[in-house]
Amino acid sequence: MQARKKYVLLGLCTCCWLLLFYWGGLQERLLGLITYRRGEVARPWPDWLDRALLPGFADQAELQNDGGPGDSPRQRRQAWAGIYKDSHCRMETCFDFGRCQAPSGFRVYVYPPEKSERVSESYRKILTSVAESRYYTSDPREACLFVLGIDTLDRDQLSTQFVPNVDERIRGYPLWNDGRNHVIFNLYSGTWPNYTEDLGFNVGQAILAKASLNTEHFRPGFDVSIPLFSKEHPQKGGERGWLVRNTVPPRRKYLLMFKGKRYLTGIGSDTRNALHHIHNGKDIVSLTTCRHGKDWEKHKDARCDHDNQEYERFDYQELLHNSTFCLVPRGRRLGSFRFLESLQAACIPVLLSNGWELPFSDVIQWNQAVVEGDERLLLQVPSTVRAVGIDRVLALRQRTQMLWEAYFSSVDKIVLTTLEIIKDRVYSHISRNKFMWNALPGGLLVLPEYSTHLAHYPFYYFNLGISPGQEFTAVIHATSPLVSQSQPIMKLLQLVSKSKYCSQIIILWNSEKPPPHRSKWPPMPVPLIVTDGRRKTSSRFLPHAAIETEAVLSLDEDTMLLTSEINFAFHVWRSFPERIVGYPPRSHFWDPVKKAWGYTSKWTNEYSIVLTGAAFYHRYYHHLFSHYLPSSLRALVDRTSNCEDILMNFLVSSVTHLPPIKVAQRKQYKEMPTLQGTKMAPWANPEHFTQRQECVNTFASWFGYMPLMHSQFRLDPVLFKDHVSVLRKRYKDLERV
Amino acid sequence: MCASVKYGSRGPALIPRMKTKHRIYYITLFSVVLLGLIATGMFQFWPHSIESSAEWSLDRRSVHDAPLVRIPVSSPIPERGDLSCRMHTCFDVYRCGYNPKNKIKVYIYPLQRFVDEVGVPISSTGLSREYNDLLSAISDSDFYTDDVTRACLFIPSIDVLNQNSLRIRETAQALAMLPRWDKGMNHLLFNMLPGGPPDYNTALDVPRDRALLAGGGFSTWTYRQGYDVSIPVYSPLSAEVDLPERQPGPRRYFILSSQTAIHREYRVELERLKEENGEALLLLDKCSNLSQGLASVRKRCYKGQVYDYPQILQESSFCVVLRGARLGQATLSDVLQAGCVPVIMADSYILPFSEVLDWKRASVVIPEEKLPEMYTILKSIPHRQVEEMQRQARWFWEAYFSSMKAVGMTTLQIINDRIYPYAARTYEEWNNPPVIKWSSVNSPLFLPLIPPRSPGFTAVVLTYDRIESLFRVITEISKVPSLAKLLVVWNNQNKSPPEESLWPKVAVPLKVVRTKENKLSNRFFPFDEIETEAVLAIDDDIIMLTSDELQFGYEVWREFPDRLVGYPGRLHLWDHEMGKWKYESEWTNEVSMVLTGAAFYHKYFNYLYTYKMPGDIKNWVDAHMNCEDIAMNFLVANITGKAPIKVTPRKKFKCPECTAIDGLSLDQTHMVERSECINKFASVFGTMPLKVVEHRADPVLYKDDFPEKLKSFPNIGSL
Repeated sequence: MQARKKYVLLGLCTCCWLLLFYWGGLQERLLGLITYRRGEVARPWPDWLDRALLPGFADQAELQNDGGPGDSPRQRRQAWAGIYKDSHCRMETCFDFGRCQAPSGFRVYVYPPEKSERVSESYRKILTSVAESRYYTSDPREACLFVLGIDTLDRDQLSTQFVPNVDERIRGYPLWNDGRNHVIFNLYSGTWPNYTEDLGFNVGQAILAKASLNTEHFRPGFDVSIPLFSKEHPQKGGERGWLVRNTVPPRRKYLLMFKGKRYLTGIGSDTRNALHHIHNGKDIVSLTTCRHGKDWEKHKDARCDHDNQEYERFDYQELLHNSTFCLVPRGRRLGSFRFLESLQAACIPVLLSNGWELPFSDVIQWNQAVVEGDERLLLQVPSTVRAVGIDRVLALRQRTQMLWEAYFSSVDKIVLTTLEIIKDRVYSHISRNKFMWNALPGGLLVLPEYSTHLAHYPFYYFNLGISPGQEFTAVIHATSPLVSQSQPIMKLLQLVSKSKYCSQIIILWNSEKPPPHRSKWPPMPVPLIVTDGRRKTSSRFLPHAAIETEAVLSLDEDTMLLTSEINFAFHVWRSFPERIVGYPPRSHFWDPVKKAWGYTSKWTNEYSIVLTGAAFYHRYYHHLFSHYLPSSLRALVDRTSNCEDILMNFLVSSVTHLPPIKVAQRKQYKEMPTLQGTKMAPWANPEHFTQRQECVNTFASWFGYMPLMHSQFRLDPVLFKDHVSVLRKRYKDLERV
Repeated sequence: MCASVKYGSRGPALIPRMKTKHRIYYITLFSVVLLGLIATGMFQFWPHSIESSAEWSLDRRSVHDAPLVRIPVSSPIPERGDLSCRMHTCFDVYRCGYNPKNKIKVYIYPLQRFVDEVGVPISSTGLSREYNDLLSAISDSDFYTDDVTRACLFIPSIDVLNQNSLRIRETAQALAMLPRWDKGMNHLLFNMLPGGPPDYNTALDVPRDRALLAGGGFSTWTYRQGYDVSIPVYSPLSAEVDLPERQPGPRRYFILSSQTAIHREYRVELERLKEENGEALLLLDKCSNLSQGLASVRKRCYKGQVYDYPQILQESSFCVVLRGARLGQATLSDVLQAGCVPVIMADSYILPFSEVLDWKRASVVIPEEKLPEMYTILKSIPHRQVEEMQRQARWFWEAYFSSMKAVGMTTLQIINDRIYPYAARTYEEWNNPPVIKWSSVNSPLFLPLIPPRSPGFTAVVLTYDRIESLFRVITEISKVPSLAKLLVVWNNQNKSPPEESLWPKVAVPLKVVRTKENKLSNRFFPFDEIETEAVLAIDDDIIMLTSDELQFGYEVWREFPDRLVGYPGRLHLWDHEMGKWKYESEWTNEVSMVLTGAAFYHKYFNYLYTYKMPGDIKNWVDAHMNCEDIAMNFLVANITGKAPIKVTPRKKFKCPECTAIDGLSLDQTHMVERSECINKFASVFGTMPLKVVEHRADPVLYKDDFPEKLKSFPNIGSL
């Protein structure tokens, strides 16, 4: 009995001990769990004891030798051209760079449309844009790029605008060359039910400029994705964005909106069919209708009637104006009109279109202007957009406007952007960087032939944190021969050269007589250069290589300015380097009787033009004037020997969207013609004035809108005409004018 | 388990049979056992937990201790990478989910040593130093999680940086054996040296299903845009050699070629260029007389002359980076480190991190075919731009190339930006070197807009108790045509504003807001009552402004909606004697501030002032009851980079900034205090953001000999 008890007792104790171990273990695990959850102590990657002994991923000699020099590069390049064709096209394998070399450079040829050809409105606009661009050539031999005359915009076989037999026709073109160096524009591809990306003909090695491109079929660095635009899209100019002010707080009445078709079946229905889920009737309005297509009632479901009713309650335009974000879901195809519409309306697009290669994605940083959603995460969209802070809303919204006006507001801009993107690829070492494409005023107004250096442009000083240079170049436009030493130009030379900011003077000799000998000019403290303007008025704004400073002071030979006036204007220009800053103000106005623009030199309370007879501006505008503007406008200037200053104002205002700046009190910058004067100054001639009226209208029609803007102030020195001792005033001379 | 069963079956049967004399003995025994149980429990409890946590944190182990895993021959092999993969087709975004921090979570598999059935490892190097650095960096970062269920991205610990050291089939099998592999979904592989002889593929040859590849040396045909990440080939030299940053500028050589494995065809071309342009070019090659090994890696030769590599790279403005058998070259990293502008000639090469980096600002990319034109192309680049590029190149190296950590973090940030595009880093954040970031401004109101006149402006009058003066101000302002609303900020808590009937009758809505505390900052609060963009801040004693002047000020503001547009101008000056900033209110020719006793500005700046004012400036202002206007000037100038606009001629303001001391002649102390503010704010901002200008705005026909009644703003400067 005793032995048994001892035995039992021993067993009991063992049990207890075992139990203890069991509990202990459990508790420890519990503890571990608790401390882990509480402290979030993540188990890091171990700090190996033998870390220092680990081998390198590659021997340095191996890295430098890199498996030897490889195959013959020449052979490899040839082999590539054979392998990487069609869907694998890249510029280096499918594009003939040889065609784009000097002397002709980047020229675009458009096949003349055949007589019987039906060309859609949109394609006609595209062709016009190419033909009016500065790259157009009518000679196919000097062309670098070719654009088809056949309308390839709508490749939906069910469409009335579908052009049949494209394949056979293009193969008949002697220049087709399997599509090399050709650009094919397309807006719609594929048809019901799959809407594939097939164009219905063999594109070969041609570059596709296509809307609704899918990333999978997009040949990176080769194709260009363009936006879908309607046939009402303007050829030129185009409407400005709808944002006129940055209201704070920036949120509008509705947070998010959508109004459009709901697809019950087929491609794209996954997303469109789910959109109604996020509708809350308050700040999120997502309206869908089933009523589209002929047999919609056949597919109709339980929601349809209610949805259709709700759909009619809201107006699309009103929603566009009053919503902070706009849903841009895919339709049957990836892109939709909605995209450009919301961009223009400053309604930040929220994209739900997986796999869409966004328009001009090569160059535009879309994540700064839109919210890229994911179709799979539709239900997260409301919380995502709610979380966007006010700073970001302000920035996104302004950026939609910037992009709209820079690249999308007209067919001209869309086509030109396409061409410029291709051109940047062809001359990759003289091309715009991403910053130029994405900052104001946009890539189209940045000509990389001028410079690839950001600091050489008038637009980026703030972004780079630098200020414009401390010196200027005076360019004096001389038209009358030099006969006496008391001529106004002599006085002007003296006054200009006295300015401490003047680094050089260029005299642009545009007289009938040959320029006088050097000794005829007075000695100068700064270099004096005389160049021949070949008697063309437009030569005034030629990008003379001699101009080394950022600032140009443009003067007429008979301009009267004091040195202190020049200095003051230069100071002001340094605060506004992207604008024209000068003395003689003029104004334009709309004449409702004549239904045309008018021009006035009368003294008024506002001005929109500052004449370049006495004005500062950035030298880059010389380059834009001579290379960006069409030769037809420059020809007009040369023919009439007039209006070059108005054209310059048009140009600068179209770039900046801002008026010029008038400085100080002086308005008359020339001596009034004396009655007994034998020779009338050209500007005193009434015909001269009518010409200028006409110019304003011609220019406005080329720009497609009126870029000039009015300003109501002028900038005076701080103590101008104040009741202070003159001794205190830095620009006291200005008060005596 | 067994214990409790034993206890349960034998225990109850035992106790009833116990005799009384043994009872005490048993109870004592049980008590002892119970006590022992508790004591041991405690004992077990504490030391054990300490020991276990020690095991976790101080994981001083060798890589050779990692568990060994045998790969069966028949183990499945993943499919080859799918070229059509994109984030929306091959990436499971649900794993990342929506999170307020907009940060993906990355999990790293624990290290395992994979061997095949006969025990041969799958890789000749195993875990490399670089890959280990990369994984530790990730594990130390915010991206890291050790909770596999919460991870969005998985990184295998299998090192595939160098394909040459791998057994392709077995590596692929090892990948497929990873517990969460799931067809490679959301897995990220890092590879720097892809392909193998003779034709060197441009992407890792290891079959990898849908895994993302961060690869060095992608070509445009293997790179899946928006899915893969192009990374640099890390150069271990950069860890060994310290090349201090050099000032950008012209260097001894114009073009330098330092690569040793250049194809003969290219070398011939380069030699021809050298013949044409002489000393400007330096063509280096291997040193034939040196023995192989480490020394030869650090030396280059030209005609028997020996140069140190990579130091020699710092002696040249441009450095050639030609493709070899592979597209990605470690030389690129050395060249960038030396602040030499790389001239990249590798057709179809996807430059490292090209998704976010703007290589045009740091390099020159020339098609291989144009090698003969290289010299002319480079000569055409302006000097200043070359300097910018040198600086940019060095910055790219520092930020994105200098260590495996930099490479890894950049890769993860790029993927993070794709998953949370609305929180993505901007172009400027990626590309601007610190020196530009510091001095540049990106105005929040950057779009050039001239807002329409119609909504008018809201006048915000700050007042305490000067009711008579306040009413005069209100009456005067109410004559301004564009006034939309009057908002009186009643800053006196001890006194109620006068009854409604006593207020002057004005045509526009008049609202009184009572504040909780008498703070100067209240005047800049973004009240909901302000419904216009334009705000006119005005003191309750400013009665010397005519209606024309105010209307004109509003018109000027419309043309400068991003600036402060005000009447009394002030200036800051550097006091050379004291070595600090000084406030100046004398009649000066320059202006750098306008007082907000009477100034127009955008309502957005109210938000900035109230919520985004740096440092303790707001508190300083409220504590000193002064300088709120200087603070506002600092804020606006700092964010826009622009000077304020002073409008209309100077007039005798009744010391508008001395409201606190109510006209008492304490001018001297006042000036000292204002100067102090400028110094304080400049130190908080870390810079002096104020800009000095010499102009003010007047109406176009101001003081002109012109009929007064035809002028839009005839009554300027009359009071």
